[in-house]
Amino acid sequence: MHDVWTISETLNGKLKQISFELLARGRKLADDLGVALCSIVIGDGISDEEAQTLAHYGADVVYLANDSGLASFECTRYANVLLSLIETHKPEVILAGATSSGRTLMPYVGIKAHAGLTADCTELAIDEKTKNLLQTRPAIGGNIMATIITPNHRPQMATVRPRSTKILEPDYGRKAVIQYVKYPDKVSVSTISVTGIRPFEGQQSSIDEAEIIVSGGKGLKKKDNVGLIEELAAVLGGEVGATRDAVDRGWISYPHQVGLSGKTVSPKLYLAVGISGAIQHLAGIKTSECIVAINNDEQAHILGLADFAIIGDLFDVVPELTRQLEKRNNA
Amino acid sequence: MRIIVPIKQVPQSSDVKMDPVTGTMIRSGSVSVLNPLDLYAIETALRLKEEWNATVTVITMGPAGANRILKEALSMGCDEAVHLSAREFSGSDTYATSYILSKAIRKIGDVDLIITGERATDGDTAQVGPGIAAWLDIPVVSYVASVDITSPSEFTAERLIEEGYQQVQGTLPALLTVVKEIAEVRLPTLRGKKRSMNTTIPVWGVAEVDPDPLKIGLKGSPTRVVKIETPKVSRSCRTLVIGEELSTEVAVSELIEFLEARNLLGQEV
Repeated sequence: MHDVWTISETLNGKLKQISFELLARGRKLADDLGVALCSIVIGDGISDEEAQTLAHYGADVVYLANDSGLASFECTRYANVLLSLIETHKPEVILAGATSSGRTLMPYVGIKAHAGLTADCTELAIDEKTKNLLQTRPAIGGNIMATIITPNHRPQMATVRPRSTKILEPDYGRKAVIQYVKYPDKVSVSTISVTGIRPFEGQQSSIDEAEIIVSGGKGLKKKDNVGLIEELAAVLGGEVGATRDAVDRGWISYPHQVGLSGKTVSPKLYLAVGISGAIQHLAGIKTSECIVAINNDEQAHILGLADFAIIGDLFDVVPELTRQLEKRNNA
Repeated sequence: MRIIVPIKQVPQSSDVKMDPVTGTMIRSGSVSVLNPLDLYAIETALRLKEEWNATVTVITMGPAGANRILKEALSMGCDEAVHLSAREFSGSDTYATSYILSKAIRKIGDVDLIITGERATDGDTAQVGPGIAAWLDIPVVSYVASVDITSPSEFTAERLIEEGYQQVQGTLPALLTVVKEIAEVRLPTLRGKKRSMNTTIPVWGVAEVDPDPLKIGLKGSPTRVVKIETPKVSRSCRTLVIGEELSTEVAVSELIEFLEARNLLGQEV
């Protein structure tokens, strides 16, 4: 049997959190199959020391492709690297993050490798009898969980929802074998080149990896009131999210939209402020660890999914919450 | 310039049934609409059509009724439509679906740009767009939030990613998957509606698409759904109602205690 692979992600030479989450998933699968766990790192300027941190979190082997042409994600180039590795080593399983790059690279490579691919899995296991990978994912807006197998094609490929698993306790004594992947020739093949990055406006960053998200909906009434949830998010060290309503009204920009036509998020804490809980919004927050609702309507759908709710006027509750949290932070 | 926009018919709400035997979706019975995220792909194509005098062809694979979403796209201003429909296509996963679509796109020929929505709101995989690009061996630029065609064979685009907007440039042909942020969607016009009513949309089956029979339908699909479960909602909500008996201040301090007990407020204290 061949190995289990994870596709690590890096930013400016440093490994991203999703890389370690994938190792936690992959370690279990590799142990159940009795094979090695390998991690593929494609990027630029990634040191051996940085690559070895993958060993601390479960990797046995690291395939490291450093090249200036691979500094940021570009599908064709990354696919060329990955496809050549697949051809040589024929892995059993490949896991990547259900991220903007993972959800582009994997379907592209899946076709080229004639493999099966399952999107945005939240559970992964090995079938004891058949040794097939059981890939479970929420479907139809999270209303059902579907388990999918790839019985006759290898590798079995899956993208994994970020923040859907905890990383392993690090073992700083573990060492991985680093195999350097040279790729000077085919990198130039792509007709697409990355020219730069434009950061999000203001202080906000992405909600995809946020541990705490404070989201606002129609209940905020107008754009001027978005400041209330921004202040609360800041004091919690979280990010601002929004319903489709709040985005369509121009109160908050689209990268913050949570739900069926926005992002699916899994933070530790999701604080829903003035959000009634349309089914399309709930679909995007179902795998959050804890959901708190602040709403003036005791019948709001959001309460069906919440762990804690305060029924009251958000214009009183939110400033009070911000005030008490500030006091607590300063204590 | 020819632009192709692959679109999909999806159930109106998230309330869909699954066939417990085959694990595929049961589409009959529920109201079907054009995948809302595909509207942004159509809009993007129509804006480029105006700028570059392009021909926009919409294409879908689906049952006879999917004809309706093609008419909707025509009434918005798309020029041509192709409907892929055959018993042999049903049960296709994203591998087989992107294969069939790519075969049809090859048959249409001379394509400069393919634009898809970010994903469909039912299957939610976002795999068919990049899959089509792989079958056609053209580059894919995903999560595009803005695009400029700078010459008949070149473009620049911004991708919405976790860290912001990644800026890219490239040459055509290419496939773009676009996000909602790219444009405000226009409404169908009366003239467009009239025209679409009078348009007969060609239906292509196995004979026209000419696929490898081993790569289509359920048997051409590498993946199999083996189990469907309805997840239990195990949350029980503690609800505090602010009123005469409970002040805002006390309710909020109870919430903070709750969050502390769950270790959700970081390391301090």
